[in-house]
Amino acid sequence: MDFELNDDQVALRDELRRFLADRMTSEARRAVIDMPGAVDRALWRELGGMGIFALTQPESEGGVGLGLADATIVYEELGRAAVPGPLLGTFFAAGLRDAGDEVAELAARAAAGEAVVGLVPAGDPVFVEHLAGLDALLVVADDGVTLVDPPTSSRPVDRPLDPLTPVDLVDVLPPGRGVGGPDVAGGLRNAGALLAAALQVGLAEAAVALGTAYATDRTQFGRVIGSFQAVKHLLADAQVQVEVARAAVQAAGVTIDEFLRAEQAEAGTGDAAGVHRISEPARIVASRAADRATRACIQVHGGIGFTWELDAHLFLKRALVLDVGIGTPEAAADRLAAAL
Amino acid sequence: MRLKETPEEQAFRRDLRAWLGEALPALPPEPPFEDWAAKRAYDTGWQRRLFDAGYAGISWPEQYGGRGATPSEELIFLEETEKAGAPYVGCNFVSTLHAGPTIAAEGTPEQRARYLPPILRGDNVWCQGFSEPEAGSDLASLRTRAVRDGDHYVVTGQKIWTSHAQVADYCELLVRTDPEAPKHRGITWMVMPMDSPGITVRPMRTLTGESEFSEMFLDEVRIPVENVVGAENDGWRVAMVTFSFERGTAFVSELLGSRRLLTDLVEIARKTPHGHGTAWDDAGIRRDLTLVAAELEAQWALTKRNVARAARHGSPGVGGSVFKLAYHETRERMGEVALQVLGRARLALDDPTGLSARHLDHVHQRLYSLSLSIAAGTAQIQRNIVGERLLGLPKER
Repeated sequence: MDFELNDDQVALRDELRRFLADRMTSEARRAVIDMPGAVDRALWRELGGMGIFALTQPESEGGVGLGLADATIVYEELGRAAVPGPLLGTFFAAGLRDAGDEVAELAARAAAGEAVVGLVPAGDPVFVEHLAGLDALLVVADDGVTLVDPPTSSRPVDRPLDPLTPVDLVDVLPPGRGVGGPDVAGGLRNAGALLAAALQVGLAEAAVALGTAYATDRTQFGRVIGSFQAVKHLLADAQVQVEVARAAVQAAGVTIDEFLRAEQAEAGTGDAAGVHRISEPARIVASRAADRATRACIQVHGGIGFTWELDAHLFLKRALVLDVGIGTPEAAADRLAAAL
Repeated sequence: MRLKETPEEQAFRRDLRAWLGEALPALPPEPPFEDWAAKRAYDTGWQRRLFDAGYAGISWPEQYGGRGATPSEELIFLEETEKAGAPYVGCNFVSTLHAGPTIAAEGTPEQRARYLPPILRGDNVWCQGFSEPEAGSDLASLRTRAVRDGDHYVVTGQKIWTSHAQVADYCELLVRTDPEAPKHRGITWMVMPMDSPGITVRPMRTLTGESEFSEMFLDEVRIPVENVVGAENDGWRVAMVTFSFERGTAFVSELLGSRRLLTDLVEIARKTPHGHGTAWDDAGIRRDLTLVAAELEAQWALTKRNVARAARHGSPGVGGSVFKLAYHETRERMGEVALQVLGRARLALDDPTGLSARHLDHVHQRLYSLSLSIAAGTAQIQRNIVGERLLGLPKER
């Protein structure tokens, strides 16, 4: 047992953090709002070039050959930078296999960041994020996963919750082709929940950092407000939730990787119960950490925190968007309750 | 990052589990409530069994008679002993986790030879004389005076929150030897034999009804100079050395005990009538219990992170403060939902109707949880530590 990042993981994290700090500035992020579907295709290709979407694909298939634990580290950084776009859909599209040449070609383009693929839970009507920027859309139902062309008949939502997540309302999805059965859908839901949680951990820490920077700079009553315990403790409590959530998310990633390795070596030897024991909590605590951190960030800023101009609301809204992708915290709580 | 155990760790776990399977059935019955002499005998008896089996001083260096286990092995030790229902460290807390490691690191060869073997064997019980009525969170402002008189110090003052003082043989004592020096620089760490004349121990009753803690009045107690550990006026540093032995494992038994409480509460909820069904059928109660379960699992992951940090860097850093802040909040929530589940059964501190198949006292635990945001550094002090050391926010003054 050695539950600490190894040197490669630290390097992976630091390199991506540096790249995004440079590339995804506040101005750059807001500029994405005006791009079709709020997708920056140039950035998408850059991320694809760094292997972000093919991270867990085997090297024999042109992937990076890393595990889900590594993916949680990477997606935490993408969350920290609040990178707009359908990160999870493109990530999963890059892993589509055995569904014909056409799908394989899309998978290769997704891996390279050349294709932008959305991801929605099945439902009727369907809210589709980033529709105008999509090349394809994955639809996840209990009984399987379908790949559809981006629907052409839709009603754009005038006032989306998150300005960086434009939404269209689609009454009926076009028929598509099946790319996996219940097993694939289940695996995708579990991994999706984990990576959404990782994104939320990053968002949460970015929110605490934004609040901390302000509290270190802002003076009232002749003192820096971060020296007041009432302010300091708000941020400390938020950071505590971030630390706990990060540990849980990474533990879930490691546990899933170790499960997969055991199953690969000999079917039936993986600890499936152990996977659920930590995966469901990770989904739940990451969502709550993001909620607490974004609220603390806004509160610490006072009135400025309530403005459009400050990035705090972008972190808050992205966290709320991530709660309702595939694999929600509520579903995780129900599964955990059933296992208690 | 790796959670899988090494073959050595697996073997350690297997051997320990086998030993516990033999040792636990041979234990005498648990001591009656508030019988501290019986509690001492029970706890030290367990320590002796650990010693005979080679598990005493699990984290102590081998050269001082300990096992020299890695932090991961210590985590496994705590996990397996908790799982098997073995006794907690109890009366041996200060001796094995505070005073012993401090003397191992800072004591003279004579002091080590004199104090460490009896601690490991369970022959001696120690208590802690740090806090004072006017020195709680601000420990360094302590005022108990020690005045040199030949080859003795004459010590006068008052200590408080001294656990197990009524049955202790020795006290690790912090005293002020230089009242003129800045407050952190005039403190000395010394060993006080509890049979010295001039010591009055007055047990205090806490709101749970127990008297584990005492006030301790010192009236011209004569302590030999050779009992000083470290140098005179260097006691604050020595005390900090004690805290630095924390390897991220300080609250492992607590956390695992809470897991057991949660499992038990779910069982009780499933059979306790509530409205038209059981308490478990109440979606609000069910969700609250689930959230507590989720938080405890997440904190178990954090514990493994802290242990890994301690193994690499020597200490978990602020990880201990982070853990404590998260944990006390969860325990308070668990206490709230426990009382909802119990309904009128909350009117008894223990469990007279036998709701708990494990004989756990959830109402007592609800009250006990209030101490978790106070003991070993209040939640407010911990938030200052996280805010200042982790986030880099400025100090108040």
